[in-house]
Amino acid sequence: MAKITLDNLAHSYLANPASEDDYALKEMTHDWDDGGAYALLGSSGCGKSTLLNIISGLLQPSQGRILFDGKDVTHAPTAERNIAQVFQFPVVYDTMTVQENLAFPLRNRGRDEAYVASRVQEIARMIGMEDMLRKKARGLTADAKQKISLGRGMVRKDVNALLFDEPLTVIDPHMKWELRTQLKKLHHDFGHTMIYVTHDQTEALTFADKVVVMYDGRVVQIGTPEELFERPEHTFVGYFIGSPGMNVIPAKVEGRSAYVNGAQMALGHGYGALDGKVEIGVRPEFARLSQSDGLPIKVRRVEDAGRHKIIRAEFFGHGINIIAGEDDRISADMNRVSFDAAHVNVYRNDWRVKGDAA
Amino acid sequence: MNKTVNHKAWFLVLPVLVLVAFSAVIPLMTVVNYSVQDTFGNNQFFWAGLEWFEEMLHDDRMWNALQRQLMFSGIILAIEVPLGIFVALNMPKSGLWASFCLVLMSLPLLIPWNVVGTIWQVFGRVDIGLLGHTLEALGIDYNYTQNTVAAWITIVVMDVWHWTSLVALLAYAGLKSIPDAYYQAAKIDQASRWKVFRYIELPKMAGVLMIAILLRFMDSFMIYTEPFVVTGGGPGNATTLLSIDLVKMALGQFDLGPAAAFSIMYFLVILLISWVFYTIMTNLDKKGM
Repeated sequence: MAKITLDNLAHSYLANPASEDDYALKEMTHDWDDGGAYALLGSSGCGKSTLLNIISGLLQPSQGRILFDGKDVTHAPTAERNIAQVFQFPVVYDTMTVQENLAFPLRNRGRDEAYVASRVQEIARMIGMEDMLRKKARGLTADAKQKISLGRGMVRKDVNALLFDEPLTVIDPHMKWELRTQLKKLHHDFGHTMIYVTHDQTEALTFADKVVVMYDGRVVQIGTPEELFERPEHTFVGYFIGSPGMNVIPAKVEGRSAYVNGAQMALGHGYGALDGKVEIGVRPEFARLSQSDGLPIKVRRVEDAGRHKIIRAEFFGHGINIIAGEDDRISADMNRVSFDAAHVNVYRNDWRVKGDAA
Repeated sequence: MNKTVNHKAWFLVLPVLVLVAFSAVIPLMTVVNYSVQDTFGNNQFFWAGLEWFEEMLHDDRMWNALQRQLMFSGIILAIEVPLGIFVALNMPKSGLWASFCLVLMSLPLLIPWNVVGTIWQVFGRVDIGLLGHTLEALGIDYNYTQNTVAAWITIVVMDVWHWTSLVALLAYAGLKSIPDAYYQAAKIDQASRWKVFRYIELPKMAGVLMIAILLRFMDSFMIYTEPFVVTGGGPGNATTLLSIDLVKMALGQFDLGPAAAFSIMYFLVILLISWVFYTIMTNLDKKGM
């Protein structure tokens, strides 16, 4: 178990990166706490796998350092870092039994057989595969194979961190839930530092204590699921998390008021003069449809999502979404929207601007 | 459910039956026909029953040829398979060099058998051949026309030169299909190079290797042209493999009856071995390799 520190880390796949655009991973400095459960969330190609491969040592960063508990491991090979990784597709040694698979990392490190046997038993119990130890790994289902690769990682007691690279991609939906719950429990019981890469927000939000959202090679926000929901630091976080994502509307902001196409609305905080591209962001959950309050909109359609309704509407030429309760009555003459002032965020050039207190 | 009986369906199978009859059954039957009769020319045939088969089975000649044949196939497999795997493991995985290597490897496979034989026949000659003359100059006794060991080495090396590429290309295809994650996992598990080969590469290559072994075995078991051009089966009968012996018997001595019996037994042996390979391969498939 270890604290992982990224110190001015950046990586480019090009030999001579000229501009910032050439970097797959832009310069970043972060601490990942010992024993934390982190999810790395982002769309494909945002650099999350690059970051994971740098942590596991499969890739050497072009600049910066990476430290485990303060020890520089930037140039240490994978084997020396004592990390475990579960890949997107299950990696098991086909010709070996489940037991041999679990024992493999220990035997390679020359541990004595008595220790290996007891450790394998322990891990098999943890991942719930005690009755399958003698089976060949080849014939097992994808989720059983993923459990084996997880077990192979945890079998070493001194493992610094467990890394997961979209591990549930090939798993059936009902098994996904079970595996995720099991992972969460393992983390709770044993306190490994876990880093979980995914592009699925549900997976990230249910698994992690802290979610690291990446966008275009940059970490745009690290926070609890609640923080990401309430105060997205970047418009991308707003879009990406939530279903549907945050409404982002170009606006002019003056003091405690925002103006959209000249129409005024109240804000929860006061703001100084803002230059550049200014937008307000409000989650569909904090928008309300009514007959009389707020600004005019054109309702395009209403979708019933089961537990709530999603209203797709046009607001001064911008598409916006509003979430209404399942039992709320929606009528044709409801053509105004109001926003909960306390939950309207202001963005300048895509980054959130802090308002004055009170 | 009621089945409709419609014998017209047989007509649909007819074209295939006709084709197979002309390509396989009728030629094979003429051989069967020869094998149970004796002839003295002038198209006079006398019924001989199973006499030729009995004679051939008690004749050392066929057994010796079979022994040499098995030895030849065994030796070339023992060399070509490991060598092919070794070459495949050391080939570049991508880039210009990979393409270059692939083309280079394919070249021997494109040369006609007859030409391969001629190349090595000349190459090994003591008077004008580069190899033969060089060895002679180095004081090594090498003369494939007189020395049994030299003759064997020549035809084995020739076959290895001609066909190792096939094994290497198949093994290479097998290796290329292994996802990177396996190698990364092996690094994390601190597996040695040997263990990566034993537990990742070899199991993943098993399927294509079986095909490579089958192809090489069948081909070498029926080999004729190349050793015939180089040694003509000599010195003495030292390199007279099954096919060479068969041709000598049928066309050299014109012993049509015994040669036909020999052919049929040769065919049955090949059929048997193919069946064994096929069974092993389908069993491997079932296990998911």
